Amino acid sequence: MLTNLFPNLKVEDLIEATYETFYMTIIALAGTFILGILLGLLLYLTMKGGLWENRVLNWIVASFVNVFRAIPFIILILLLFPFTDFLVGTIRGPNAALPALIIGAAPFYGRLVEIALKEIDKGVIEAAQAMGAKTRTIIFRVLLPESMPALISGLTVTAIALIGYTAMAGVIGAGGLGNYAHYFGFMRRDFDVVFVCTVVIVIIVFIFQFIGDIISNKLDKR
Amino acid sequence: MISIKGLRKVFQAKEDNITAVDRLNLDIKDGEIFGVIGYSGAGKSTFVRLLNRLEEPSEGSIKIGDREITALNKRDLRLARQEIGMIFQHFNLLWSRTVKDNIAFPLEIAGVPKEERERRVLELIQLVGLAGRENAYPSQLSGGQKQRVGIARALANNPKVLLCDEATSALDPETTNAILDLLVDINKKLGLTIILITHEMHVIRKICNQVAVMENGKIVEQGEVLEVFLKPKQSVTKKFVEQVMGSGEDDDLEQLQSTYKGEDIFRLHFVGDSANQALISKIAKQFNVDINILQGKITQTQMGAYGNLIVQINGDEREKDNAVAFITEETSVEVEVIQRAN
Repeated sequence: MLTNLFPNLKVEDLIEATYETFYMTIIALAGTFILGILLGLLLYLTMKGGLWENRVLNWIVASFVNVFRAIPFIILILLLFPFTDFLVGTIRGPNAALPALIIGAAPFYGRLVEIALKEIDKGVIEAAQAMGAKTRTIIFRVLLPESMPALISGLTVTAIALIGYTAMAGVIGAGGLGNYAHYFGFMRRDFDVVFVCTVVIVIIVFIFQFIGDIISNKLDKR
Repeated sequence: MISIKGLRKVFQAKEDNITAVDRLNLDIKDGEIFGVIGYSGAGKSTFVRLLNRLEEPSEGSIKIGDREITALNKRDLRLARQEIGMIFQHFNLLWSRTVKDNIAFPLEIAGVPKEERERRVLELIQLVGLAGRENAYPSQLSGGQKQRVGIARALANNPKVLLCDEATSALDPETTNAILDLLVDINKKLGLTIILITHEMHVIRKICNQVAVMENGKIVEQGEVLEVFLKPKQSVTKKFVEQVMGSGEDDDLEQLQSTYKGEDIFRLHFVGDSANQALISKIAKQFNVDINILQGKITQTQMGAYGNLIVQINGDEREKDNAVAFITEETSVEVEVIQRAN
């Protein structure tokens, strides 16, 4: 039946491509989470009135975030080719997409982290200070746990943007569903392949959204 | 003892500087419940936050016990803070932690081992009356319960001093009383010094031994609670006393005088112990007079009762004089003649 409806679709290719999309998304998401939290914390801690108030550092981090958020992703990949080549040793395949994916998504997530941290009640931080907490303790025991639901829902939004990015990266040779839809669907005018790839990507997005919502709700004790 | 000398805090603003606390001197004895009262903007909140340097003082020194708080470096200040408990108007609990884990937080900060932590947390939960709620999250608690968690948390590291920043201002009157009772209880059981900031005279009346009235960053009046209630000197203080005792009653007096024209009316001032001595019934038994209470209010402070009654005394002229003489000479109640029949 499947072969009648979608005569040009090769199931094993589709599975391979789906796997690559998942692979790129999840690894890049992990990288984005770490780098984004780092950027968000730096933005938050160095802002005016912050625990490490520092105008220069704040300006540097904010500029980095703003610049990389301003570059369209497709151009960012091209721009990072030399860097990727140096880091990964190739500019093709899912691994080669990771640096661009992380650098493209982390600044975006960093801003979401900053917003989440700003939502924390100042009084709680003050209470921790009044108990004699170190800044490190405040970061890991107060700031991150108290903002966790917002950090997770921000990560969900970022994950969905990342899935879009992997498709774009696929078009220029990174593999995954974008790659499959482009080369085996669009280039050969086999639009049934493009259609199936679209459906699979939509399903992946829904899965991420669903899992993100569940975790975020479970963590939220407010 | 807490000793504060020349304490000053200036906030830099664009146009002019704002002096929130202005060259404040204060000594607070160990084991005292010391109240600071003032309207919002008087600088009382800044004052209490200077004590553990949540706000850095611009000038002056703070000594708690034999530790010079103002001279400590960052590390030592952190250690000192572990021995100064603080509770807040809005409780400031971590919503992501249960009651138990909130109370354990300061113990984690102090590096107390896990088993000891658990033992101590259970003890504290008993102390503040939260047994059975240890696994609840703050969002599942009422305001009073949240403040109990706040108090337990503040007491976790056995502090010598407890700072209360408007700790009851977000609570309803009944809950306020329960929390105040808890504070008195803790003060007696643990002998810790409590410094309490409030804008409600009721709070001062109920639990404080000493009170300081703040206005424009300065302490304008200070002394034993009863003393300040009895003889408020500054107009702010008078207003605060009126909060509890009702207004000066001058309008009411005129009305009383016209209603009871030609009768003997006295004002009896009760200060300290004698208010507990059933004065009115005693006089009625000892002297052949009738006493008619027209108006009044008596209230209890930590240092004894305080208040006044306006009474009408009827009877034989000599008996009346004897009764009044008895009150004046034999008791600490002060008598003020408002109107005499002849």
